[in-house]
Amino acid sequence: MATATLSPADKKAKQVSQSYWSLVWWKFKKNRIAVIGGIILLTMYVLICLFAEFVAPYDLERRSSYTEAPPITIRFIDDQGKFSIQPFVYQYERKVDQAIRRRTFVENPAVKYPVSLFVKGDSYKLWGFIPGDIHLFGLKTDDPKAAMFLMGSDSAGRDYFSRIIYGGRLSLLIGLIGQILTLVLGSVLGAISGYYGGAVDMFVQRFTEFLAAFPDIPLFMALAAAIPQYFSPIIVYFMLTLILALVRWGGLARQVRGLILSLREREYVLAAKSAGASDSRIMFRHLLPGTMSHVIVIATLSIPGMILAETSLSWLGLGLRPPLTSWGVLLQEAATVYAIRFAPWLLWTVPFIILVILAFNMLGDGLRDALDPYGGR
Amino acid sequence: MAEKLIEITDLRVQFDVRAGIVKAVDGLDLTINRGQTVGVIGESGCGKSVTARAILQMVPKPGKVATGSILYHRKAKEGKKYERDEVLEITKLSSDGDVIRQIRGGEIGMIFQEPMSSLTPVYTAGTHINEALFLHRLIPLQKVGDQMAAEMMKYRSMTKEEARNEAVEMLRRVGIPKPVERVDSYPHQLSGGQRQRVMIAIALSCRPEMLIADEPTTALDVSIEAQILDVMRDMQKTYNMAIMFITHNLGVIAEMAEEIVVMYMGKQVERAKTVDLFYNPKHPYTQALLKSIPHVGKRTNERLATIEGMVPDPFHLPNGCVFHPRCPKFMPGKCDKIAPTYQSVGEHHWASCLLYE
Repeated sequence: MATATLSPADKKAKQVSQSYWSLVWWKFKKNRIAVIGGIILLTMYVLICLFAEFVAPYDLERRSSYTEAPPITIRFIDDQGKFSIQPFVYQYERKVDQAIRRRTFVENPAVKYPVSLFVKGDSYKLWGFIPGDIHLFGLKTDDPKAAMFLMGSDSAGRDYFSRIIYGGRLSLLIGLIGQILTLVLGSVLGAISGYYGGAVDMFVQRFTEFLAAFPDIPLFMALAAAIPQYFSPIIVYFMLTLILALVRWGGLARQVRGLILSLREREYVLAAKSAGASDSRIMFRHLLPGTMSHVIVIATLSIPGMILAETSLSWLGLGLRPPLTSWGVLLQEAATVYAIRFAPWLLWTVPFIILVILAFNMLGDGLRDALDPYGGR
Repeated sequence: MAEKLIEITDLRVQFDVRAGIVKAVDGLDLTINRGQTVGVIGESGCGKSVTARAILQMVPKPGKVATGSILYHRKAKEGKKYERDEVLEITKLSSDGDVIRQIRGGEIGMIFQEPMSSLTPVYTAGTHINEALFLHRLIPLQKVGDQMAAEMMKYRSMTKEEARNEAVEMLRRVGIPKPVERVDSYPHQLSGGQRQRVMIAIALSCRPEMLIADEPTTALDVSIEAQILDVMRDMQKTYNMAIMFITHNLGVIAEMAEEIVVMYMGKQVERAKTVDLFYNPKHPYTQALLKSIPHVGKRTNERLATIEGMVPDPFHLPNGCVFHPRCPKFMPGKCDKIAPTYQSVGEHHWASCLLYE
């Protein structure tokens, strides 16, 4: 008797009494907006962070002679009005418009390139070690003049859509990694501060106040300027993540401290103590889990801030720099009157940023309601 | 012959707060033997709970043990993390050290008044019991070194599965129905009585030498109370465990305890065997306390007897005997001048009152 395996009767009983997380999931599922936000984010993170090489039709640094070409139209009906189930694009032909003294591109209906899924293209190494050359979609042709720029191309003739995909990888990850660091730092220091109180609390709280009182941008500037120029781009990237986390943990630490302050007076802390649990065990096993639902919501809602911080820093030229590509770096390229006047498709990054941030807010709001499954509404 | 387990001599616990010093426990002498139940009664704020906390070296922050000693007679036992008999002075132990943490839970278990909030809401009943088991229970692994003079035992911690089985077994013993299912229940899925049973299961899962029950049934209704008391008595018999039973419910204590200590304003005013105390109370405070119990079946129009006056302000304790402003046997010129000492007033019966000096 009394084995760890469950008999059918026990399984039935398990269904009757729902655990906290299954209640949360049940309530979350009912919130359609939050589910949509979650799906958008999941798709973006999977496609962009894990499979950017596969999703992007071109390599990040693949240059072509089509500089600043406008977005191309994918067509099903050709100029004779014939419909084909296979989508295709026309060849781009370069012309010089003498009136405005600018290079322009016009479509040449004589040459058609079919667009299909899973085509061979630039070779890549997925996650750095899986070699491949199949892309999600692209042109099925060997003609070196063939090009498909979904969102136009930049001044070096690189496919802008591919750049947005690759750039999103850094921008999305900086939000996630930075937020995880913030979460760890904030909850550990908040827990220590709230649990011990006294001088420790005083020190941690004054320190967070000091950080909060500092104006953000100059602090970022100073810290970012402290990253040596000769560091490799990837180290710069992690340094920037670290800087963002170091500046932003204070708010979370204060919230966790507040929660711990109220939780530590509960009887179960006394009970745990009288059962011989150590301070760290009480803090991290008994108190912190109680704050998690709150912390997850705050964390989700502040990832957009992290992404925006990276974007604005890079835009200012203080964060990531080329050859690293992030959404901030891409926006920096678009931040000229010239670009907005003659190559407005370089602003395609903006809808992506807005979409991610909206999705995070939708998800966060849904989580806030769902993580309190016993509450009203 | 009864073996001593806890010996408290002249324990004084003081809280140093801004308004002055509060003497929460002011000179307590108490011996608890193995397998014995000692009751501690008194009004709210008389220092019962602080005494219990002091035994576990858990006096809350501004408070500290000023003088006195608490001796704990440790006895080596199979499945414990220590190997020899020794006498530990608990007040000298570091309040966050390894030794006191072994004692807490492992050797002296404690259960609280509020079963509703004494369980961490994010863990199941089983997880709570397992935590205690992992912290304190060891399982004999093998005997090594038979050729050596002393035989040594090797121990290991419990595995997850063993702990789970043990948790189910403990829940069954404390009388929780369907323990195999309940082991996976979260605190909010259990009733008050069940939660208190889980608390008892946690405290008893490590086979402690002593259980401190700090008003364990105050928050429960009467029928559950009786069941809980039964469970505690059963467990006491099974494990030969001492119980320190703190309550202000005289009915409960009469049923449970062999010996009773009455406290008033941090002072121990009377100590006697249960029967003696109820039939032959010596101290006027105890007498008044016993008179204020409502009786079943006797219907009179008399009002229930109360103790006159109010509990004094702890910062301004009266001179002499602290009880004198409320005492029905107040002797002017004596009680308000001279502090009574603790006197033997009969066989195994002590009181601190000037009537007997």
